[in-house]
Amino acid sequence: MSYFCDKYPIIEKKALSGGIFSITVKCPDAAKAAEVGQFANILADGYTLRRPISICEIDKEQGTLRFVFEVRGKGTEVISRANVGDNLDVLGPLGNGFKAPAGKKVIVVGGGIGVPPLLGIAKQNGADCTAILGFRSYDKVILDKEFAAFGAKTIVCTDDGSVGYHGVVTTPLTEELAKGDVDLVCACGPEPMIKAVVKECEDNNVPCRVSLEQRMGCGVGACVVCSCMTVRNGKEHYARVCKDGPVFDAKEVKFNG
Amino acid sequence: MADLSVKIAGVEFPNPVIMASGAYGNGECYTDLYPLKKIGGVSCKGMTIEPKMGNIPPRIAETPSGILNSVGLQNIGVHGFIDYYLDTLKEEGNVIIANVAGATLDDYIAAAEALDSSAVDMIELNISCPNVKAGGATWGVTCEGAASVTKAVRKATSKPLIVKLTPNVTSIADIAKAVEAEGADSISVINTLLGMRIDIRNRRPILHNNVGGLSGPAIFPVAVRCVWQCYNAVKIPIIGMGGISTWEDAVEMMLAGASAIQMGTAIFTDPYAPLKVIDGLEKYMDDNGIKSLSEIVGQVKPW
Repeated sequence: MSYFCDKYPIIEKKALSGGIFSITVKCPDAAKAAEVGQFANILADGYTLRRPISICEIDKEQGTLRFVFEVRGKGTEVISRANVGDNLDVLGPLGNGFKAPAGKKVIVVGGGIGVPPLLGIAKQNGADCTAILGFRSYDKVILDKEFAAFGAKTIVCTDDGSVGYHGVVTTPLTEELAKGDVDLVCACGPEPMIKAVVKECEDNNVPCRVSLEQRMGCGVGACVVCSCMTVRNGKEHYARVCKDGPVFDAKEVKFNG
Repeated sequence: MADLSVKIAGVEFPNPVIMASGAYGNGECYTDLYPLKKIGGVSCKGMTIEPKMGNIPPRIAETPSGILNSVGLQNIGVHGFIDYYLDTLKEEGNVIIANVAGATLDDYIAAAEALDSSAVDMIELNISCPNVKAGGATWGVTCEGAASVTKAVRKATSKPLIVKLTPNVTSIADIAKAVEAEGADSISVINTLLGMRIDIRNRRPILHNNVGGLSGPAIFPVAVRCVWQCYNAVKIPIIGMGGISTWEDAVEMMLAGASAIQMGTAIFTDPYAPLKVIDGLEKYMDDNGIKSLSEIVGQVKPW
């Protein structure tokens, strides 16, 4: 695993729904090194801290990385104002990815802005991937058609029932797990969703990998601020979300730790 | 070409840029971008005699032109550092500084003794960490406390001893004098300023520790002032730090009285910042006919 830090040209920018943007940069070296589930730390001009943004799509042939992110504050707003032709200052790819094996049956469960880093699994596993994607309402739905275009069985859920399944992601997850034959579940989203998914996987004895969030500093493992309580060999330890994660084996994570 | 080397307490640095403790791990995290040899020295992650788990997250909050952190000295312990990191650091880096913290006097002594026979080049005594409940900055806020821990560690090691001072005091110059009198070879000025941020939506402090240490460009003027006050109070060399992010900042800090500088938060924004400072200093020296950086140390002309 290696990472880079450079200013890369933006070759495509799209506004998705509800304050969510898709930006693709030409960065052959970083794209070549990137894995599904990794992230990059992107500079927001005028701010001390870079913004960690997950990698949504990797195109090693074209040498591009695509980032899909939500404007949550002033920093991400600054990044969202960059246009095609501008440069994006990217530090990445960073952290550990999902490492989902190709040719295996994988269920991905995403909530809101946790959906983008899962798209790469649909791209790799195609029809072997089932995507359960939860959103607050229809106007917040993103990327569902792209998951489906890669051949993934795509189930959209909304909290208000305005589109797709009315309810939380765990109900369709239970149904899909009940069919058996699932090799791995990968999840990214808000913590309550992650916890519910992890419990469901435990109950069904299916391995689960989760992508976690924490307020981050350097992004490369140096400053130890983005800690997450983990248990390894029976010992509690604050792992670094940026370097040891963001994807962890669910069995190692101690939630509320 | 300008000679960027500086000497602190008999230790020669190829250039005056040292990575500050806490921001750079144990030197292993940035080698994807450039070799450690480019940096003058590394002050390693603050270490205690026993491993420490650190504080409950969140441990960081952004502020105007800076950050607050409350890591709480998470580290693998002095012996873990010696066993797992020191050999590589010595091989790949230049000057290696062990930053040592503790809760009790015995902790400091035990850590210094363990490091005395190791290959570290210098020890930086951390009596200024604002993020631990016991010890830390409580040693550094009184002349008596600072003097007693300096005296005890001085006896425990023959390594060159830097004492890192906290700005959260009434008179930093008095603390500097107190540690100089007890045998400190150098002081590093300043550690972070105690700060706080609150999320107005849930009325919770952003840091789980409630308060934390402020660093970054926001504190630079405070750091310059502290270095200047210390320079006027002591004869031992000063390592200036606190919000340095450009070569101009480094020159300013040296004019205030710093013989070398440390950088921390700036690399979170730009990992190449230390290299840019080194290049900038070199050009500044060439442009101004400066042969040695010692020519500018403390050369501010106060009104």
